[in-house]
Amino acid sequence: MDINILTVFILAVFVGIEIITKVPPTLHTPLMSGSNAISGIAIVGAIISTKIGGHYGTWLGLASVIFATVNVVGGFMVTDRMLKMFRKK
Amino acid sequence: MHWENIFYVLSSVLFIFGIKRLSHPRTARSGNLIASMGMLIAIVTTLVVSDSLSYELIGIGIIIGTIIGAFFAVRVEMTQMPQMVAIFNGFGGIASALVAAAEFLNPSDSLSVFNLSTISLSVFVGTLTFTGSFIAFGKLQGFVSGKPIVFPGQQLINGLIASSIIGLAVYIVLFPNDLNYFYLLIAMSAVIGITLTIPIGGADMPVVISLLNSYSGIAAASTGFVLDNNALIISGALVGASGLILTNIMCKGMNRSLTNVIFGAVGLEQDTGPDGEAKEINIKSYSTEEAAMIFDTAEKIIVVPGYGLAVAQAQHAVREVADYLSGKGKKVLYAIHPVAGRMPGHMNVLLAEANVPYDQLKDLDEVNNEFEDCDVALVLGANDVVNPAARHDASSPIYGMPILDVDKSQTVIINKRTMNTGFAGVQNELFGYENSIMVFGDAKDMLQQLLKDLKEL
Repeated sequence: MDINILTVFILAVFVGIEIITKVPPTLHTPLMSGSNAISGIAIVGAIISTKIGGHYGTWLGLASVIFATVNVVGGFMVTDRMLKMFRKK
Repeated sequence: MHWENIFYVLSSVLFIFGIKRLSHPRTARSGNLIASMGMLIAIVTTLVVSDSLSYELIGIGIIIGTIIGAFFAVRVEMTQMPQMVAIFNGFGGIASALVAAAEFLNPSDSLSVFNLSTISLSVFVGTLTFTGSFIAFGKLQGFVSGKPIVFPGQQLINGLIASSIIGLAVYIVLFPNDLNYFYLLIAMSAVIGITLTIPIGGADMPVVISLLNSYSGIAAASTGFVLDNNALIISGALVGASGLILTNIMCKGMNRSLTNVIFGAVGLEQDTGPDGEAKEINIKSYSTEEAAMIFDTAEKIIVVPGYGLAVAQAQHAVREVADYLSGKGKKVLYAIHPVAGRMPGHMNVLLAEANVPYDQLKDLDEVNNEFEDCDVALVLGANDVVNPAARHDASSPIYGMPILDVDKSQTVIINKRTMNTGFAGVQNELFGYENSIMVFGDAKDMLQQLLKDLKEL
């Protein structure tokens, strides 16, 4: 087992807690949809998995590319749409 | 060293930097753009570095996904945002699970114990997120009853499914060649996603969505472990942390523990309580004209919007009233309770859509000492979050829940359609207070009438 990737994971959790607690409640919905888009990072794995080949690999890869893309594109776009509405007096 | 890791680190840094800019509405939009740049870098890096990719397949997938994603992003109503986030969480979860499954089914790989464990974890969390999100989506959209669905022995069945999942995961790690057990793991994970979500009531959906958000991150991170990919691990960790923090905030806003939300089935028929019949309260009902006169003499007004306001589509009407009053030199603020909407921060987005400036929106901690010298608190479609019983009545189901102290204002004007109780099923003693005035009617009609009356004064 590779201890390095666990280290990366744990440090990233701490960074996450640190920056996310600073997001004000008024932006919690965009935070959620934006972080949702970020969890679409599975698209990287999805792209890699298309080369695994074999009967399953191809179809699973295609399905995961579609799902992850919906997540990424929809997530960032809808977040932008919301943030555009926030204005000062 | 693989050069692509430099780019994956760069995209992770951009994600972190992007979220950091969400700390203020002024910088938030650029933050979102920065994060999306990070994503673009990660995708392009992957496309460039991996050999023997099936580009047609990827291209088709990306085009289909983009069309679907963009369609929803443009078309969704702001009131439907919780559903959209719920279903997107599910997509993120299933994408991670599918990638892990593809890795497992890949004949050419020899998988270590660590790989097999993380694959099982990723498939389990990803599938659970997928089916759980669908139920949450259905409940919010009204396809599935918003009422908790409970049956005898439910906890026992969940316990059995959970232990079978653990057993299956162990078996898969030990004997990875038996595919049937792998499929069974997927099926069981799908089932537990459903059985864990159906007993949770509609009013608790903010917690569920936040939790599923966190799960989708955990699924991505475990897929990152499977593929030994830092971009997935870091992003997954960020999302997982974000979801957990929001879950915690939502639970605190309702003064409930996470266990209580998941297993408590709140929102079922309440028994009338130990007192038998509810306490009689005497209310004063005013017309909008009379209410307008109170507003006319007020100097500081705090509007308390609840989800009823959004249901009545009255966000624009309230902003018009508030603008008119501000125009008369009065100070107008909005007090937003953490669970005012259907997901964290939902009410703020609904008001932003109606052009309410964000600097007028105050959260619970900021606003509660503002009520002391407030002349009029206008409560619109909110109930439990302004019930003073939460402060002093230990027998109340909402006792201990943080509330907006509207009762400390000179006058409280409460608009409701009827005298029905809130989600917690309790009568609100605030309505009978000396300084409380009820104005009955649909929020939108009432506000439009109020505006007319104000102008005629």
